[in-house]
Amino acid sequence: MNNKDLLNLIDITVSFEGFLALNKLNLNLKKGELRAVIGPNGAGKTTFLDVITGKVKPSIGEVIFKGKSIVGQKEHKIARLGVGRKFQSPRIFENLTVKENLEISVTTPKSPINLINKSIKAEQLDEIERLLKIINLTQKVNSKAGSLSHGQKQWLEIAMLVGQKPDLMLVDEPVAGLTDEETDLTADLLKSLSGENTVVVIDHDMEFIRRLDSNVSVLNQGTVLCEGTMESIQKDQKVIEVYLGRPED
Amino acid sequence: MSLSKIKFDKKIVLSFWIILIALIIAAPTLLPVFRLNLLGRYLSLSIVALGVDLIWGYTGLLSLGQGIFFALGGYCAAMYLQITSSSEFPNNIPEFFALYGVEKLPFFWEPFRSPIFTFFAIWIIPALVAGLIGFLVFRNRIKGVYFSILTQASLLVFFNFFNGQQKLINGTNGLKTDVTQLFGQMVGSASMQRIFFWITAILVITAWFFAKWVVKGRFGNILIGIRDDEPRVRFTGYNPVIFKTIIFSIAGGLAGISGALYTVQSGIVSPQFMTVPFSIEMVIWVAVGGRGTLLGAILGAVFINYAKSLVSEALPASWMFIQGGLFILVVTALPEGVLGWVQGDGPRNLLQRFGLKRKIETYPSLEVNNKEENNE
Repeated sequence: MNNKDLLNLIDITVSFEGFLALNKLNLNLKKGELRAVIGPNGAGKTTFLDVITGKVKPSIGEVIFKGKSIVGQKEHKIARLGVGRKFQSPRIFENLTVKENLEISVTTPKSPINLINKSIKAEQLDEIERLLKIINLTQKVNSKAGSLSHGQKQWLEIAMLVGQKPDLMLVDEPVAGLTDEETDLTADLLKSLSGENTVVVIDHDMEFIRRLDSNVSVLNQGTVLCEGTMESIQKDQKVIEVYLGRPED
Repeated sequence: MSLSKIKFDKKIVLSFWIILIALIIAAPTLLPVFRLNLLGRYLSLSIVALGVDLIWGYTGLLSLGQGIFFALGGYCAAMYLQITSSSEFPNNIPEFFALYGVEKLPFFWEPFRSPIFTFFAIWIIPALVAGLIGFLVFRNRIKGVYFSILTQASLLVFFNFFNGQQKLINGTNGLKTDVTQLFGQMVGSASMQRIFFWITAILVITAWFFAKWVVKGRFGNILIGIRDDEPRVRFTGYNPVIFKTIIFSIAGGLAGISGALYTVQSGIVSPQFMTVPFSIEMVIWVAVGGRGTLLGAILGAVFINYAKSLVSEALPASWMFIQGGLFILVVTALPEGVLGWVQGDGPRNLLQRFGLKRKIETYPSLEVNNKEENNE
């Protein structure tokens, strides 16, 4: 652990009635880093995000964010500290318009009194404009989010994540169901976000991960199997075994 | 384009309001006293329905216990009226106490000597009780069916408690208000009832505007967000517990006002206000009128209750079947309620079915693809 780290996961163990979803997982993220997390089904990728965002409390272990432990804090508190999350299937508010969705994300402070008394600040409206341009949905600003295509929903959710201005962005399978072109654009977008923000991307899609050109952590059976660049990962014997099976078996 | 999005001409809106206000002012001369009184009662019920729409239609909290707050408001009003009209009775306390040998006014009656205290108590006490129950329930993340069961159980607790307290609040007999005096007039008299009708009409409109103000803008959007995907709201940095407690408390306050107005117009408040079927009926009014429309809640409460009295006069005993049938019809055929259907694509689809309107051009292949993607 050192001062430049934004997030440290120390010996995280999560047990669901005896089944170890995460088993002594250790992971450190530097400020501004872009990190890809891959792993076979059931490796604990989503539980890993659940632990960081406070949805699941680890049985053992510490989550240190910005130098402070956040274990046991409520989800909304962790979100306000600066952890944003994009879900696997797009989770946007389908009955609200694109603009209303973005308003919910950029609004600060997120207290009832602020929401009912004051209208949205001008700089927040500007931020919404900027986000709409990035995701290319300016034309659809007043359409119901539920009427968007799958790709547009994915992008709207990413824009909502960015609008929250989190220090740590957790992105779960952002390119599931996207076309090749959309996948490339998403990869570029995420790369451009890192540096200023710290971004963790979880995905199966190897082409997409390669395109991110970042450090990769491989999860298997609830623990980090190995870390490194895409090239070194692909040569790693343990990773090959996990993904391709032992030849002897 | 749905009706709700059409911008009505200002003149039309203005003339609508002028006609409405003229009708309200003229209603006492147009309707016989009996009918006017019924209309006044049903209008007061529409205020509790507005609260149900706020918590259920917008926030997704199906409460089956709104009768608690409705009755609390009614009791507050009735206690004030009883105590101010008790000067001729033994010990200067309400008449019923003598039946149970009570000679001293129970302590919690004392503040109700004050009209100002009563004025605030009618809505603040139910709102506080709702806020407290809501906070405890929401903090423990009790949702959906469990929330509904819990509210119904609370209703039964209150019902049984009030039923059993003869020495405090006359138990199952309730508190009569029609023979009490207010400002030197009998509460049950025709002239007072006319005033109550006007007060009710004004308060329904006020409550409607208040509810519209609550749900407009970002606060209302968060409520809808909680209804559709509460964890997502949480991960965006909002605390749903506070939002749910606030809206549940508002609905409780509205229920209290509604209960007080209903009490003075029906002449009595009793634990019957807290029976299970009555609180379920409140939900039915909103479901039939249209969830999440506010106006639908008002229309649902007034029209269903009016239908109830008309049907009950003509065919006693058949109303329960008709109400049940209406509910099943709405749930299966018009899940958005009558107003939701009118504001949505309902009328256009109906006209299309009879060949009176052309179908909108669509690209069937695109639609199919979208659906497949969404199912992933």
